[in-house]
Amino acid sequence: MKRNHELNHLGKLKRVMAIMLTVMLVACGEARNHSRAVFVLIDIHGDYASEVEKARTLTNYLLGTLDSGDSIAIAFIDNSSFSEHNFIARADLDHRPSVATQQKRVVSAELNAFLERFSVPSAHSDITGGVLLARDFLRESGAAHRSLFILSDLEEDLMPGMKRDMSLGLEEVQVVAVNATRRQSDNFDPDAYQRRLSHWQERVEESGGQWRVATDLARLEDMALLRR
Amino acid sequence: MMTDILYIWSESPAVSVAVWLVITITVLYFGRPHAHQLLRNTGRAINGGMRLAAASIRQLEERVSQRNRDVLLAQGREETERSIEREFTRVNKIVERDLGEYPSLHRKLSDTLQKVEADYHASTAEAPLPPAWSEVARTIEALPKSGDPQVIKVLENIKSAVDNSHRETLKAHQKNVAERHKILHGMQPEWRKLNNSMEKVEKSVASLEDQSKAIDRHMASYESIRKGDDKAVHALASSSLTQFFIAAIVLVIAAFGGLINFHLIALPMSEMVGGSSYIGAVRISDVAALVIILLEISMGIFLLESLRVTRLFPMIGRMDDRMRKRMAIAAFTLLVIFATIESSLAYMRDLLAMDREALTQTLAGAEVAEAQFRWIPSIAQLMLGFFLPFALAFVAIPLEAFMNSLRTVMGLLALGALRMLRLVVRLVGSVSNHVSKMLVSLYDLFIMVPLAIERMVNRIRDDHARYRSEGGITGSHGRKDKSAKHDVALKPREA
Repeated sequence: MKRNHELNHLGKLKRVMAIMLTVMLVACGEARNHSRAVFVLIDIHGDYASEVEKARTLTNYLLGTLDSGDSIAIAFIDNSSFSEHNFIARADLDHRPSVATQQKRVVSAELNAFLERFSVPSAHSDITGGVLLARDFLRESGAAHRSLFILSDLEEDLMPGMKRDMSLGLEEVQVVAVNATRRQSDNFDPDAYQRRLSHWQERVEESGGQWRVATDLARLEDMALLRR
Repeated sequence: MMTDILYIWSESPAVSVAVWLVITITVLYFGRPHAHQLLRNTGRAINGGMRLAAASIRQLEERVSQRNRDVLLAQGREETERSIEREFTRVNKIVERDLGEYPSLHRKLSDTLQKVEADYHASTAEAPLPPAWSEVARTIEALPKSGDPQVIKVLENIKSAVDNSHRETLKAHQKNVAERHKILHGMQPEWRKLNNSMEKVEKSVASLEDQSKAIDRHMASYESIRKGDDKAVHALASSSLTQFFIAAIVLVIAAFGGLINFHLIALPMSEMVGGSSYIGAVRISDVAALVIILLEISMGIFLLESLRVTRLFPMIGRMDDRMRKRMAIAAFTLLVIFATIESSLAYMRDLLAMDREALTQTLAGAEVAEAQFRWIPSIAQLMLGFFLPFALAFVAIPLEAFMNSLRTVMGLLALGALRMLRLVVRLVGSVSNHVSKMLVSLYDLFIMVPLAIERMVNRIRDDHARYRSEGGITGSHGRKDKSAKHDVALKPREA
């Protein structure tokens, strides 16, 4: 009887071990990349320069949403945006939450410093150059979810001699036009605003990206833009 | 294609349908005996098959029922054996603790009794004053006072001497009595001691009596289980089900406790193992937190196992007492270490949460406010982190009850499922039998016109035959026989 009892217990143990092994096998699948990379482009040319304060709101929202292991970069769009000089701040958030929080503080401080010292708007706006800069950063980050937020009225005004009619190469990048405001000139030709949006949508989608528009910053959370 | 076949006889749909109907009815009429046979045989075959299946299920059901009974009886036997063992251990303790000291107690009692007896003897009162003294005093008192003065003086002196002697004797007697009272007073604690000792013995004996009654009860239950009484089996099944539900509820509560524990240490774990690495869809920090909790539960199980509270691992139960004690100490030490780690992690979680909160406030552009009474949740988390592992350690008890009762519950569920299956199988067999009968009737309903004609023809033929036989036409025996044969042949068809 004692032996039967022991065998029963052994059977129970085997069952429990089999269940645990199954759970472990299911759990130990291939390690997936869950990291996110975010790039914020701020247009500082002409009339739109007055909207730069919105960049603070957007960045703060993004910093609050990002976690350890994610990446963030902020750059501005001016006469020629495809240069390292255009970066305001960039950070690969550490895997330790406490360090990541500190990095977020630094990014926020750098943006604040930029906004404080900004006074002269640029004469031209090289949006394509900024997008190419963002593309390179997002590619290098190796993140699974890549997003590019453009704070601009989407009116591109290139300097003479600049070549920007190439493909943007935005495969698997979500491009979000934030606060795409209407210009003064749109009053005379309301279709121009829609044409600008359509033009950029076409360019982004042709280069493999996904186009979204967020006119209201308060609705960013509802749009679930930074889902893993 | 189908339409072409339909219009093969005529272009009019009504005519075509009518022709096809006539053909179908005719074919069905001629194929009637075979169709009936096919339908009935199929129905009977399905019914037979299902009955056979139901019989095998019944056999299986009986085996499962027997297995359930065996499991229940084995569990009940084991449980009762444990109870009896426990009662005997208690009796042993009582005997060792109380009655083990009985020789010394007896010696003490006998000493006390001897002392009391000696004191008693010492306290016996001496003979009171001889009554003659008072007689003498009264006689001297009664003598006449008017005689010779010398005699009177002598008598006075005698009286005075007698009085003095009487007083002194009385005084000595009183002193003696006081001394005896003192001795008797000194006996009081000895009596009390004696009384206390006797009460102690009485208590021990009463406790032993209670234990023996409990053992008797358990033995009766054991006997009933050993005999395999239905009453005992029902009681065990009911007890097992109750155990199952109670254990399940406690396990669910423990699972919620584990969940709280998990949330307490998952965030700070990411500080240690990184918050950006994943295994599948789960963060490594979450897995690490889960592993810590599971280790705590395991340590709790080992602790209770080595204390012989639970018996999940017979190997631990078989260890010698010293080894088990060592194991219990090791498990408890590890549990304390884990609890301390968890407590510090819980505190760290609080710090991280505060840091995050401060960042959120900064990003929102608000002043970082110094929260009042912020130390209360910090201390609460610290304490929760320390005590939850110990609370989770006790999960071994409901786990054992759950595992033990699960066998019975699974057996009962299997039995219920088999009964249901048998019922369904029997029902399918019976329904198929009835459906075959119904189809036979439907078949006949479809070809009722030719059947009616057949019946009519038969009746006319019968009438004709009867008329001929009643009309006295002789020499037609052969014909009559033929007609009778034909009737017999037709009867089953009409039926």
